[in-house]
Amino acid sequence: MLNRLFVPLAVVAAAMFAYAPFMILNAPYEATMGLVQKIFYFHASAGMGLFLAAFVSGIGSAVFLFTRKPAADRVAVAGAELTVMLGLIVLVTGPLWARKAWGVWWQWDARLTSTLVMWMIFNAYLLLRRYGGPGSDRLAAAVSLFGMANVPFVYWSVNVWRTLHPTTSVIPSLKPGMRGPFWFCVVAFLLVSTLILMVRTELEKRRQELDELYLAVED
Amino acid sequence: MKAFARAVWVVTRKDLLIETRTREILFTTVFFALACVLVFAFGFVKEGRPMEDVAAGILWIAIAFSGTLALGRAFERERQGETLRALLIAPIDRPALYLGKLLGILILLAAVEILIVPLVALMFQAALFDHALIMVALLVAGTLGFAAVGTLFAAMLVRTRSRDVMLPVLLYPLTVPVIIAGVRGTAALLQQPADLPMARAWLSFLLFFDIVFLTISLWTFEPVMTE
Repeated sequence: MLNRLFVPLAVVAAAMFAYAPFMILNAPYEATMGLVQKIFYFHASAGMGLFLAAFVSGIGSAVFLFTRKPAADRVAVAGAELTVMLGLIVLVTGPLWARKAWGVWWQWDARLTSTLVMWMIFNAYLLLRRYGGPGSDRLAAAVSLFGMANVPFVYWSVNVWRTLHPTTSVIPSLKPGMRGPFWFCVVAFLLVSTLILMVRTELEKRRQELDELYLAVED
Repeated sequence: MKAFARAVWVVTRKDLLIETRTREILFTTVFFALACVLVFAFGFVKEGRPMEDVAAGILWIAIAFSGTLALGRAFERERQGETLRALLIAPIDRPALYLGKLLGILILLAAVEILIVPLVALMFQAALFDHALIMVALLVAGTLGFAAVGTLFAAMLVRTRSRDVMLPVLLYPLTVPVIIAGVRGTAALLQQPADLPMARAWLSFLLFFDIVFLTISLWTFEPVMTE
């Protein structure tokens, strides 16, 4: 079912990404920020994909830790890699916008700090899996679980200081001309995120099967 | 319940006994913390005077760094003696084993802090003792939060390769809230006049963090440490 849907969905996603720049180009200019505001279409969409991926990885890790189902672990790895990739997009596009809007590249604001910490935790997850040696999959799952529990604490603790990042209430207040392109980009990013998750999970499955075959040959 | 408390104490007593005989971790950690403070002094002292507001940061970073070192050494000892397996097959509950190790680390870090806190107060002219009770509470709550996560991850990493570098890589992002709350709470106390409601707010935040992370640690220690 998923496999048969995969190719058409991938074509749709590619078409959406090809068309997105034209939609963004035709969207109205924001009064105060002008051209640089257009980063927002990709930045916020990638951010939504980021939280989806992190959530998938965290849940997969928790399930793996307590049930030891290898399928849950495969989903967790796929989610973690996607989190790192989308996190990089968010953390690069954010400062580009911030330089223009705030005058500085980086602020130790609640959203920025918690996104950075979350991104670092998932990097640690991947480092542990790659360099931890045998048995590191379960340890990495604990890292992911703790990482998920950690984010609200980081968010709250930095939020006690002043917050600069626009809140999520920006989205419903978008101008009509901006709303269309924005949701188009969100759907494109979420679709691509889901497709990457599927491919990566499948890849991890084959990799594990290959590992088992190697072990069987050695026996 | 009584048997559980006894098991916790047996594990802690074992660690303390080894430590009182060699004093290896205590001495090395204290001098490491001292070296940290010294290095920061070069970074944050201008014309012989400490910059404003740095004492709180220096204190907590010294605690976090030396805490990581102590955690690594405490479990390295188990690995070298190959005694972790023996501990794991001992007929005691896994949570008791975790709490026993945690208690040992906490006592060790308390000993380090008893030396390092007055030293920072002295060298950076920080009024750390004006509100001694709340300062001690911040230190206890912060150290507990740091050590609760640290003990779990140090125990996990014993069996992996590159554990020396993985421990700080995992531990620092996860304990960011403890560092922020500790530094901000201490800085609120060091203000003239001290901002007591703010310090209390950070203290309750630390306590909440402690409860949540201690619970998750107790909950995950068993599946993580079972082969």
